[in-house]
Amino acid sequence: MSNFVSRGFTRRRSTPDELADRVPPGQYVERSFPVLTAGPTPLVDTGSWSFRIDGMVVTEKEWSWDEFHELPFETVPCDIHCVTKWSKLGTSFGGVSVDTLLDGVEPQGAYTVAYSYGGYTTNVPLDDLTGGKAWVVTEHEGEPLPRQHGGPARLLVPHLYFWKSAKWVAGLRVLDHDEPGFWEQNGYHIRGDPWKEERYWND
Amino acid sequence: MERLTPVEQRAPGKWQIATVVRIKEETPRVKSFSFDLPMWMPHLPGQHYDVRLTAPDGYRAQRSYSVVSSPLDEGQIELTIDLLDDGEVSPYFHEVVQEGDQVELRGPFTSYFVWRGESPVLLVGGGSGVAPLMAMLRHQRRTMPELDLRLVYSVRYPDDVIYADEIGDDALLTYTREAPEGWSGHTGHVDAELLREPASGARLAFVCGSNGFVETASELLVGLGMEPGTIRTERFGPTS
Repeated sequence: MSNFVSRGFTRRRSTPDELADRVPPGQYVERSFPVLTAGPTPLVDTGSWSFRIDGMVVTEKEWSWDEFHELPFETVPCDIHCVTKWSKLGTSFGGVSVDTLLDGVEPQGAYTVAYSYGGYTTNVPLDDLTGGKAWVVTEHEGEPLPRQHGGPARLLVPHLYFWKSAKWVAGLRVLDHDEPGFWEQNGYHIRGDPWKEERYWND
Repeated sequence: MERLTPVEQRAPGKWQIATVVRIKEETPRVKSFSFDLPMWMPHLPGQHYDVRLTAPDGYRAQRSYSVVSSPLDEGQIELTIDLLDDGEVSPYFHEVVQEGDQVELRGPFTSYFVWRGESPVLLVGGGSGVAPLMAMLRHQRRTMPELDLRLVYSVRYPDDVIYADEIGDDALLTYTREAPEGWSGHTGHVDAELLREPASGARLAFVCGSNGFVETASELLVGLGMEPGTIRTERFGPTS
C-alpha cells in the first residue's frame, strides 16, 4: 500500500464506530438514495410486466405481476454500496428470493445475465444469486419501489456493487459462461465485490 | 524490433501521484485543476478519473471527477471541482490545494458517457454537469470543427456560468433563478421549447447534471422523439 499522505487533508465526515466495519474501503456513508442510470428512466407498466428465467435451463419460468405476488415475500434488511463511492446503511427492500424463483428451473450453467426493460444487462454468477444472497424486489422501505430506483421491480444483490442490482429487471438468462453485461463491457469489474474494491477492469 | 525494452504499463487502474500545475477559478464556487501525470494516457472525452486523499492517520476519501480537457493535451488532465458545503474532497481542493501540491489520481474510466466523433450531437448540461460536455466540445473544436455539437446549458445565476469564454455563440443558455441584465434568451428550467430545435436531427444526446435535471431533460428529449437508446445520461446528487 502506498504511504502517500495528502498535505493538509483531514477527515471531515465521521462514521460512528459501530457502523465503521460496515463501510467497504473507499466508500462513504450517504443518507439519501442517489440515482444512477445510463439513460432515460423507462416506464414499465405492471399490467404487461413479467419476470422470466430462461437460457440454459431444464424448465423456463415466467410470472406475471399478479403471479409474482403470490410467491413467498421476504423483507430484506441490507446495506448497499455503489461503485461511485457512496454506501447506504440500514435500508431494506421487499421481494422474492432468487432461490424461490429458481425452484424447479434446474439451471444447466453456472452464470447468468440479468436483463432489463430498456436494454440494460449485468452478469452475475449463479453462486452470487443463490443461498439467500439475492432477490427480485418490488418494495423499498415498505413502499412500492420508485421508478427511478428500478420500479416496478429490480434485482437486489447487496453483497456486490449496486450496478449488479439491475433496475427494471425483466429476467435472468442462465449461461454456461460468464458474459460481461453493460457496465462490465464499459469499464466496471466483471464481479464487483465492494470488500475487495473490485471497481474497474484491472482491480 | 523497436520494442526490445519493456513498455511502461499504461492501463487505467494504477494510482499515480500527479502534480497540480494550474488552478483556475471558474466561478465563486467552481475551480478547475490541471495536473501533470507521470503515467498519462489519452482519455475519451466524457471519461472520469478517481481522486484519493489520504490523511496522516491513514483515513482515505475517494471521489470521481470528469476530465474537462482534450486528450490532445498530452501529459496533463484538467478536472473541474464544484464546492459542496457538506463535502469532504471538494472543500479540500477549494481551501487547501495549491499549485505544486501532489494528489493521487487514477483513470481514465468507463466508456459509455463518451464522445467518439458522432455528429450531430446534443449536449445538455445543468450546473457543473457541463464539465464532461466541455471535454467533448474542446476536443471537437480542436480536431473536427466541422462536426455539429450543440450545447444547451442551464445555470441558476449569471455568476454560475463555468467556462464562460468558451461557451460559443450557438450555445443555448437558460437562467433558472436570475438572468443577466438585458437578457433576451430563455429563462427558467429546460423545457420542450428550448430543446426542440437543437434536438431535431441529433443522433445522440449527452445529458449531465443533478438527478432532477437529468430526469426532466431526458424525458423531454424522449417526448421530442429521440429514441431512449440515443440519450446517454450521467447524474449526481441526492434524489430530493
